[in-house]
Amino acid sequence: MQREGTDNYRIPSGCAICGIFNRDGKRISGSDIIQAIAIMHERSNGLGGGFAGYGIYPEYKEYYAFHIFYDDDRAKVTCEEYLNKHFDVVNLSRIPTKKHPKIVNEPLIFRYFVLPHPADLFSSQLDEQEYTSLCVTRINTDIEGAYVFSSGKNMGVFKAVGYPEDVGSFYKLDEYNAYCWTAHGRYPTNTPGWWGGAHPFSLLDCSIVHNGEISSYDANRRYIEMFGYKCNLLTDTEVIAYILDFLVRKLGLTYSEAASVIAAPFWSTIDRKDKEEKERLTYLRNTFSSLLITGPFSIIAGFSGGIMALNDRLKLRSMVVGEKGPAVYISSEESAIRKICKDLDSVYSPRGGEPVIYTLRGGIS
Amino acid sequence: MQVNDMKMIKVNEKWCLGCHLCEYYCAFANSGVEDMVKALKDMMIQPKLRIEQKDKISFAVSCRHCEDPICVKSCITGALSIIDNVVSIDKKRCIGCYTCVLVCPYGAVMPSQEGAVRKCELCVGNSVSSPACVSACPNKAIELVEV
Amino acid sequence: MPINYIIPQFEIVRDQSRCIKCRVCERQCANEVHHYDEDYKIMVADESKCVNCHRCVALCPTSALKIVKNQDSFKENGNWTAEIITDVYKQASSGGVLLSSMGNPMKFPVYWDKLLINASQVTNPSIDPLREPMETKTFLGQKKHEIKRDNEGRIISNLGPQLELSTPIMFSAMSYGSLSYNAHESLARAAKSLSILYNTGEGGLHEDFYQYGSNTIVQVASGRFGVHKDYLNAGAAVEIKMGQGAKPGIGGHLPGTKITEDVSKTRMIPVGTDAISPAPHHDIYSIEDLNQLVMSLKHATDFKKPVIVKIAAVHNVSAIASGIARSGADIIAIDGFRGGTGAAPVRIRDNVGIPIELALASVDTRLRNEGIRDNVSLVVGGSIRSSADVVKAIALGADAVYIATAALLALGCHLCRTCYSGKCNWGIATQREDLVKRLNPEIGYERLVNLINAWTHEIKEMMGGMGINSIEALRGNRLMLRGIGLNEKELEILGVRHAGE
Repeated sequence: MQREGTDNYRIPSGCAICGIFNRDGKRISGSDIIQAIAIMHERSNGLGGGFAGYGIYPEYKEYYAFHIFYDDDRAKVTCEEYLNKHFDVVNLSRIPTKKHPKIVNEPLIFRYFVLPHPADLFSSQLDEQEYTSLCVTRINTDIEGAYVFSSGKNMGVFKAVGYPEDVGSFYKLDEYNAYCWTAHGRYPTNTPGWWGGAHPFSLLDCSIVHNGEISSYDANRRYIEMFGYKCNLLTDTEVIAYILDFLVRKLGLTYSEAASVIAAPFWSTIDRKDKEEKERLTYLRNTFSSLLITGPFSIIAGFSGGIMALNDRLKLRSMVVGEKGPAVYISSEESAIRKICKDLDSVYSPRGGEPVIYTLRGGIS
Repeated sequence: MQVNDMKMIKVNEKWCLGCHLCEYYCAFANSGVEDMVKALKDMMIQPKLRIEQKDKISFAVSCRHCEDPICVKSCITGALSIIDNVVSIDKKRCIGCYTCVLVCPYGAVMPSQEGAVRKCELCVGNSVSSPACVSACPNKAIELVEV
Repeated sequence: MPINYIIPQFEIVRDQSRCIKCRVCERQCANEVHHYDEDYKIMVADESKCVNCHRCVALCPTSALKIVKNQDSFKENGNWTAEIITDVYKQASSGGVLLSSMGNPMKFPVYWDKLLINASQVTNPSIDPLREPMETKTFLGQKKHEIKRDNEGRIISNLGPQLELSTPIMFSAMSYGSLSYNAHESLARAAKSLSILYNTGEGGLHEDFYQYGSNTIVQVASGRFGVHKDYLNAGAAVEIKMGQGAKPGIGGHLPGTKITEDVSKTRMIPVGTDAISPAPHHDIYSIEDLNQLVMSLKHATDFKKPVIVKIAAVHNVSAIASGIARSGADIIAIDGFRGGTGAAPVRIRDNVGIPIELALASVDTRLRNEGIRDNVSLVVGGSIRSSADVVKAIALGADAVYIATAALLALGCHLCRTCYSGKCNWGIATQREDLVKRLNPEIGYERLVNLINAWTHEIKEMMGGMGINSIEALRGNRLMLRGIGLNEKELEILGVRHAGE
């Protein structure tokens, strides 16, 4: 199966995105999100669809849930050897799927609940997250035929080549319950048909679905790669995920501050702010100038305990947010929200460049 | 020229290069001929301003269009008068007595080969819409300023 | 003299039917080429003195003059060209080093002309610069990646000193001495009006220009001309000149004729003697010595000014840049082999150094590979000729560009390359009072402002076409460029794909 990025070509795409988040932590099945993304069928072309769910593995919530694609058994054997060397694997199984006529050429799809080997972790002098993310990168770069497409705790990404509603049915997402769901349908102009290329792209617990094509891609990539990231897939979503991982996990910025970097306000807007805010925004924009993202984009970033929706500064892609009680709905189109929640307390279109962030008010129920 | 649109020629000797281009363009603008070569070739030029030059210093001298001009007072036929703030010459009345040439404190009035005397008339009624010396000067030594 | 080896390079073609004998050509030629013949009553010219500066052509009111290449020729020879033969004659006669001015005129490849820019279509919209904000504001300086917060968790800036530019273009170093007072005044006033910076070059800063200090970069070159504490603190930044593109490996050269009273006072050297800067800084013989000088300058300026290190583009420029990036400098300025100069030995100017396009690409890549690209900002020059060159330079990885020849052209220079004679007819590269007068800073600074505004507008148009609305998203964005007519190796060094890929 041919990967993306191996022939050095970037694949632009236009798409559909959707997200559901419950601030009280109430978990719902995946059927709502599947319905919502199905309405936006015309925005995809069947070459990729995917979902991310948060809170889906309560029994294993302390463990990293690795979802891995294997081209063949040999890749599986090599990869499992690696996993066993670096992690304690408490559970491993095939991810249950249901045959669907439109989902074909499926690879082997396995799930592992793991924690780093305590001794290994200690001697590496890294924190748990860094250790895990490095190992995941290692597998994806070095072990041919194996690809880890989800690696967070108590969350999981499910994706394939096909329309998202078909992918959702294939993975039996109605049998999972999550307090946060995101979904994506892809419309790439060409694709080798590789399952790993679909969205969401995730690194640890941060998952990104993205609609758009960023013009700043190479400037962003050549900068973020200085910090150990390897943009192997050559996709926009990959570089956005790495940027957020760098700013939030490595440097400790909040998601809101990270949004001020990647969708920094125009200088004319910054000039109108009060002195302290002006200094803060100027500092962020100047220090991380190569992480500014230009070109149309509309992203939903999921993370443990929260969700962020963000548009580019010129709002060149659609995004609508609706609220009903503790539930929040985010979508490329209002029709998708109305399909699953007919009457909303409020519905609005966030301004370009202004992040919409929701977090859990308490725990997960 | 409107009465409330008073402008005058200002000369800055600091920038004058003594290139004499202002004289040639002035003569051309007032020649009534369309082509500069035809107007000025093999002719003694009759510019309405002139360059004064000594050692390293040079500057253009042109009529100051004084508010209370001595030349107008001295003109025995009334050929010199103020029209719309410009001291103008009525060629038909001038008899060439050269009194104005002698009394002008700036030496801005000069004898002429035709019509007896010549001096700057701010390019009113000739072929250009604004003073030719200003646009001719390559170094902004002559400027048109609001009064 | 009995044998005339040196044939005049130019012929002066005067259309006698158009000439009105206004004598402006005679009055305005410092080389005394034209004069009025009283007997024959026509203008005549001595072409042996003509340097092709076009002053007479530009001022002739009836366009009667043309300067053409002298048709008188040697037998055609692909190897021994007329220039090379004439150079041998000159050296056989003088026994001296051949001098010339301005940048390398030889036919080496110009890589700017082999790079093409992208435009967005269909999958990504282009942006209209007339209707949407298009930002060219650029900050130069070190960026650090540790976030500092106060007790309330608010972010506090921990960045070192930064330079803020309204557009990523600055005026490059040209010394007072090689340039006239009026040229410097034009550059200073234009820099202030545009909110960018100009560079004093190695001639020190004239006291009249301290008022433009916040738009001035003060240079410390190997001769240390005019360097004292007030000088260092007068500017917005301090630049250590390690080398310049026009003459890598040797120091600046100002002929004695150009060292007037005023120049001598500003440079702190005696009147009339040649000012030849030493080749190296005699206190910098290795990279760690540079580190020391950078620190000294920072201490002398209270750590308030960014320190720039300017180097010529030579063969191991990436390794040098990597060393400088670790030395505490805030900005690296790289000068390519096409860079101009007031005076340089011809052989060094024409044969030493490498193109800035290649140097920039390899330095930017090397610094990113080592993870230190953010330690410094990169400024490039030598030669940037148009707004397209600026866009390509930024896409290759530069933060900003330095322009010098283009600025002089805006002031009236015609690239006659005889600055070293001190008889610049345009009042730019001379100290003769009667010639300096010819450059009125009122006119000069306006022309510079016009030029930069025009380029900035064009840059915005090209950015909009690429779907980019802030200049930082173009920096290092090599996918926005494609090469054309370049071989594999050149494409590899530039880090761009070939057009069609």
